Amino acid sequence: MADTSATNAFVEFERVQKSYDGENLVVKDLNLSMPKGEFLTMLGPSGSGKTTCLMMLAGFETATHGDIRLDGKSINNIPPHKRGIGMVFQNYALFPHMTVAENLSFPLEVRKMGKSDREEKVKIALDRVQMGDFGGRRPAQLSGGQQQRVALARALVFEPELVLMDEPLGALDKQLRETLQFEITHLAHELGITVVYVTHDQTEALTMSDRVAVFENGRIQQLAPPDLLYEEPENSFVAQFIGENNTLEGVVKEIKGGTCLVQLDGGGLIEAKPINVTQAGERTRVSIRPERVEFNKDRMPEGAHTLKAEVLEFVYMGDIFRTRLRVAGTDNFIIKTRNAPDQVRLKPGQQIEIGWLAEDCRALDA
Amino acid sequence: MSDVNNATTAPNSALAAERAEDEYTGPMLAADGTPLKRSLNRALRRQKISALLLIAPLLIFVLVTFVAPIADMLFRSVENKIVQDTLPRTTTELKNWDSEGGELPDQAVYKSLYQDIYVAQERKLHTRLGSRLNYELTGASSLFRKSGRGVDDIGEVYQDQFEDLNAFWKKGENWNDVLGSDAWLATMKDWKKASGDAQPPFEMRDGIADILPQTANYYLIFADFVQNEDNDNLYKEDPWPLVYSAFYDDLTGPTAEQIAAYAGPGATELAQAAAAAPSFDSVDYAQAFADIDKDWVELPIWQTIATYSPRFTNGYFLNAVDMQKTPDGPALRPDDERIYWTLFKRTLFMSVCITLSCILLGYPVGWILANLPARTANLLMILVLLPFWTSLLVRTSAWKVMLQQQGVINDTLVWLGVVADDSRLALINNQTGTIIAMTHILLPFMILPLYSVMKTVPPSYLRAAKSLGATNWTAFWRVYFPQSVPGIGAGSILVFILSIGYYITPEIVGGRTGTFISNRIAYHISSSLNWGLAAALGAILLAVVLGLYYAYDKIVGIDNVKLGG
Ligand SMILES: Nc1ncnc2c1ncn2[C@@H]1O[C@H](COP(=O)(O)OP(=O)(O)O)[C@@H](O)[C@H]1O
Ligand SMILES: [Mg+2]
Repeated sequence: MADTSATNAFVEFERVQKSYDGENLVVKDLNLSMPKGEFLTMLGPSGSGKTTCLMMLAGFETATHGDIRLDGKSINNIPPHKRGIGMVFQNYALFPHMTVAENLSFPLEVRKMGKSDREEKVKIALDRVQMGDFGGRRPAQLSGGQQQRVALARALVFEPELVLMDEPLGALDKQLRETLQFEITHLAHELGITVVYVTHDQTEALTMSDRVAVFENGRIQQLAPPDLLYEEPENSFVAQFIGENNTLEGVVKEIKGGTCLVQLDGGGLIEAKPINVTQAGERTRVSIRPERVEFNKDRMPEGAHTLKAEVLEFVYMGDIFRTRLRVAGTDNFIIKTRNAPDQVRLKPGQQIEIGWLAEDCRALDA
Repeated sequence: MSDVNNATTAPNSALAAERAEDEYTGPMLAADGTPLKRSLNRALRRQKISALLLIAPLLIFVLVTFVAPIADMLFRSVENKIVQDTLPRTTTELKNWDSEGGELPDQAVYKSLYQDIYVAQERKLHTRLGSRLNYELTGASSLFRKSGRGVDDIGEVYQDQFEDLNAFWKKGENWNDVLGSDAWLATMKDWKKASGDAQPPFEMRDGIADILPQTANYYLIFADFVQNEDNDNLYKEDPWPLVYSAFYDDLTGPTAEQIAAYAGPGATELAQAAAAAPSFDSVDYAQAFADIDKDWVELPIWQTIATYSPRFTNGYFLNAVDMQKTPDGPALRPDDERIYWTLFKRTLFMSVCITLSCILLGYPVGWILANLPARTANLLMILVLLPFWTSLLVRTSAWKVMLQQQGVINDTLVWLGVVADDSRLALINNQTGTIIAMTHILLPFMILPLYSVMKTVPPSYLRAAKSLGATNWTAFWRVYFPQSVPGIGAGSILVFILSIGYYITPEIVGGRTGTFISNRIAYHISSSLNWGLAAALGAILLAVVLGLYYAYDKIVGIDNVKLGG
């Protein structure tokens, strides 16, 4: 799909397939190419094959078909310990019988590094994650966040060029997660390492990554930078999965130039930007982001398309208002408005008129 | 700003009270003013009591079936009251005897010995004492058996003389008339054995014990024996010869002159006997015993009795470590009598061998089980547990078939050409046999804890190690193995403790060189009946196990033992 076989590709998946049982393909035809220094996130629902991809890259699973290349060389036959890839596991996998310093020293020891060099590198690595004072502790004596920092330091201490992280923040609370998200991206850019990061949390994916690969059912649905992914989803799965989204179902009536007309099932005719509809008569799902919908007549943009709506529910969320409407037969149409001093607070039962620009409204696959 | 200042500086009474409460440094108080600790304890006490009641049946069961037998065993290993109970008078007399002086005890001791052995042989207790002393001095058993038969003759010397003097002393009725109280005599004469009523217990005539103290004493013992143990009619029973010798002692003793004052039944016969007694032939007790057996006039038997007269002894323990009591204190036994030290060493050595071979065989099996998919692992687990469903005897006997010189294993080795036909391996009736058979039998006890510990080691550790650059071996040895140590520890403790006390398998396949200390304990419990020694050996074994357990705790740490999860 969005595979641009760049010449300077550092990590490359080419037509990779994977099956565990010989009956089902867990990864179907994966093509991916990453330049050096990129922070790429694999995002997708649980069971979509993200971990499997990561394990194939790390060498713990072999691809059933296809080629995985690292720095231009095929690594299919290189055992995991020779790949030199740093890895952070979801449960941290810190060795419980070793202290923090011993954990960090382990990869250096197996590389036969001298004692003084080791100590120096361990110290630098621990300081880098603000864990300098904890070298003598056992993993069990650390909090979850501290363990995660140590796991990160351990994956980085032997200076790998590629680091894989499998839902590393999944077990932490929201606040800690946000702090660590920032620290990880910061470290990655500072050290110039290439990162493949796996998560099922879209916020995490959007805030951390240079590019996001949205996985579903063993396939990459879209591979794009976060802003493009959010604003220009290429299919209705991505539109649904990333952020909040309103969907209206209908049939394409005609396509002309850069727009198309869609006859909604619940009544009404709207204009939309055709993304993956090609001819009249096709069924489609039209996607509109809640914050792109306007109901205030004074602010309604020039040339906006309008529809009648009834207010069902109004939720005050602090920075924004979230209002649920009945529009064209669906009860689940959401609009979000910023909490500004002159903003109107809608009341349930109110009849209003809503509108949006045709280019904010994308006609996707059904 | 000034507002805030006011609030903190103004003498606000509520605020002051609050502050006082904050600064209160005594014990925390509950809402009702009682110290918090006490009201917490009160609240917990009920819970504790009901919890205790709930486990009470189990607690009692454990105490009765587990703690009590161990305590009893420990007690038996030092308890020695049989000598004192059987020879009460002799042991008392012997206290004044100097066992190292080289002199034999005096007449008084021999006389007490006669009295003790007489009573004991009537009760059939002398042979038990003989067997007990035989552990310490060979020949004691037959000596006591012989003496039991011989003591009858000693007292008869006096019996004959009294009966010759006056036929009155021949009859039990006459003795009872003299010694029994009038009230007792009246009821006793009405008593019929056939009626089924209990025999009226013998009562001594008032004053008789003052003039005939020893006679009274032994007559009471005699009466008690006849009435309560033999269940014969005391009134008709003729007294033991022992009573006659006591009678003689009284008539020639310090109370003799009071006899003249006696006016009850048989007063004339008593006066006649008192007059005649001083001219009777008297008995030389020492000589009498010498006639029964020469051993009685030699030192060893007396030294043994003297050494073992206290109620408690360390003799069993000394015996259990190949030592013995001598007049000069504990000393090693002669070389050819030392067996327990060798047995203890062998038991420990072989238990270590068995534990090691269980680790070697069990570790890979545990590993495989822990890394297989659950279904296959469960199936294989059944195979591991299968031996538990087969009788221990069957399994051990199967090894006998396998390991014989003409057995399956030797045949196979010969067929393969690994060993020559004329030099078949001796795999049974020796240590090798015991180690092979017991390793097989105890292997599940190693595999189960290993498996359950390995099951809890997440595979991500090995992956993490490899991703950090460790080879398969390094990852295993540095990361996986240390985490499986608690399983090895638990398995080793189980296997070692089970094997150190194992009995049946070494008995069957161990031959002479492959038996354990427990086989010796079993021998003492069921064949030689030396329970004290068996108890001492068992107590030493228990101490060794506890000692090793303690050492393990110090070196490896007992919290480093996991039987699972
Ligand atoms: N070791 C395995 N053996 C068999 N099936 C597996 C194994 N690991 C994962 N799967 C299956 O492969 C699919 C993808 O799993 P995974 O890559 O872990 O997904 P994700 O990480 O996106 O949640 C799932 O349906 C899972 O059941
Ligand atoms: Mg996963």
